[in-house]
Amino acid sequence: MMRSDSSKLALFLLMTPFFLWIVLLIVLPQMGIGYVSLREKLGPREYAFGPGNYIDFLMEPIYWHTLLRTAWMSILVTVLALLIGFPVAYYIAKIARQRSRTALLLLCLIPLWVSDLVRAFGWIVLLRESGLISGALQWTGLASGPVEMLYNDATVVIGLVYTVVLFMIVPLYSTLDGLDDALLEAGYNLGGGGFTVFRRIIVPYAMPGIVAGSIITFMLTAGSYLTPILLGGKNSSWFTEQIYNQFITRYNWEAGATFGVILLAFTSLVIWLGLRLTGQSLATTVAKG
Amino acid sequence: MAEEHKARIFTLVYRTYMAAFLLYLVMPLLAAGVFAFNDSLFPTLPWQGFTLDWFFNDSEPKLGMFHDGRLLRGLTNSLYIGVLVSLGSVFVGTWNAFLFERVDFPFKRFLYLVMVVPLVIPGVIIGISILLFASMVADGVWAVLGTSPDWLRPGIPLIVLGQCSFLITITSLIIAARLQQFDISQEEAALNLGATRQRALFTVTLPYLFPAMFSAFVVAFLVSFENFNTTMMLVGSDAPLSITMYDRIAKVGSTPVLNAVSVFLMVASGLLALSSVLVQRKRP
Repeated sequence: MMRSDSSKLALFLLMTPFFLWIVLLIVLPQMGIGYVSLREKLGPREYAFGPGNYIDFLMEPIYWHTLLRTAWMSILVTVLALLIGFPVAYYIAKIARQRSRTALLLLCLIPLWVSDLVRAFGWIVLLRESGLISGALQWTGLASGPVEMLYNDATVVIGLVYTVVLFMIVPLYSTLDGLDDALLEAGYNLGGGGFTVFRRIIVPYAMPGIVAGSIITFMLTAGSYLTPILLGGKNSSWFTEQIYNQFITRYNWEAGATFGVILLAFTSLVIWLGLRLTGQSLATTVAKG
Repeated sequence: MAEEHKARIFTLVYRTYMAAFLLYLVMPLLAAGVFAFNDSLFPTLPWQGFTLDWFFNDSEPKLGMFHDGRLLRGLTNSLYIGVLVSLGSVFVGTWNAFLFERVDFPFKRFLYLVMVVPLVIPGVIIGISILLFASMVADGVWAVLGTSPDWLRPGIPLIVLGQCSFLITITSLIIAARLQQFDISQEEAALNLGATRQRALFTVTLPYLFPAMFSAFVVAFLVSFENFNTTMMLVGSDAPLSITMYDRIAKVGSTPVLNAVSVFLMVASGLLALSSVLVQRKRP
């Protein structure tokens, strides 16, 4: 009896920090946004309860255009990161010699330890009107005057792919690393060409890594702020910027919370679809990544 | 013969691709780094000669980063926030590791999923949720007591809470992974030899966990130091370095002092990451 009481007490003590954290820092604050998003402001300190903020969102094309634009660009960035990252991960896992593998992987990971801000600043130094690339183009005679390469969508995409591609490479590398070379040889011996082996063996095998990488990449992109704002300029119309503007600049917490719920719902939906379509689970996918 | 030729071209193309990719990775970092040492007022070519002024010079127009009051204040704030956040999240992370690796309880799988969820909430949303919740609590306290504590308003305490909310997931996963590999018979041996549970924990299990706790600390510190999205929603008058630096980029544009800060950040985080790798290596 004593023993079970004391082990119950131990379990209770062990669970306390977990529940304090989850309830106070995650669950209640998230419910708080949900609550405020359903609160319609009638006047000073006067509120009604209803979906008015969501209707406002739908009625104002600028808002949902920004969301669609963010979504579309995030998907583009995810696909590009996959296309660029896959050959890199495959090279490190399967083609590079054992000794150079660790070095290559470490080399690929270096930018991961440098803050977003420094990376974005590096792109600014390279790409702005008086920047390095513009200077190089003039020096070689390819351009007659300064070229401004900042503040357009292509630059934003390049910068975003740069910030997230590593989160694609790492999960891809860890799944591809487990791929037995014998499987590939079997594929070739059975008469498969390079493309068939790639499509029928490598891609299905790498699927967990592809899903994990894509989910992390998509989420990071859709939720990013620095890269689109700094490389795209003040009017880059990124959804997180809308949230910031509503909250901090215009002090309209009701609209800001509504946008927050919409962004969260949207990223969750995409993640859920991704997991559903490929039969993976969140716990294994994210914990691995 | 043709096959071999094709294979060679393939390898060549592949290697070129890898080289191009690595160049893409390194170029912005190089650009951010090199111009910290250029003796010019702008971070661009032509090269005007090597200087350390952007680090150590004490007067305008080339005020070095170590004499720039606002940058230094940002740096101290970041260090302070980083240490608090890392201590807090390693502490809770260790408890969580024991909770999920050592005991069974109802809804364990579900709660494990709940533990992972903060990683998939965008940082901006974590920021606004903490801001909103804290101000609702503050309003509630105000209604009852007629006064409310300052730490519920935007400022360092809220930044610490906001960053902990998702970093605890990361530290929990790192420490739990190490605890999972622990051979429980080592602890049993200590108990058989007459050690109390507490003593076994402090002399056997925790020392075994130390490398994971250390690297969880380093990861949490680095993420906290660099964090922008959550922090920008919670910042009060004491801004950490990431916010100060962003303001400088947004308002002043590029000045070589920001290149100097970049170099400083790259070197410092590189050294920290390296120390974490070394600690992990030393005790296999």
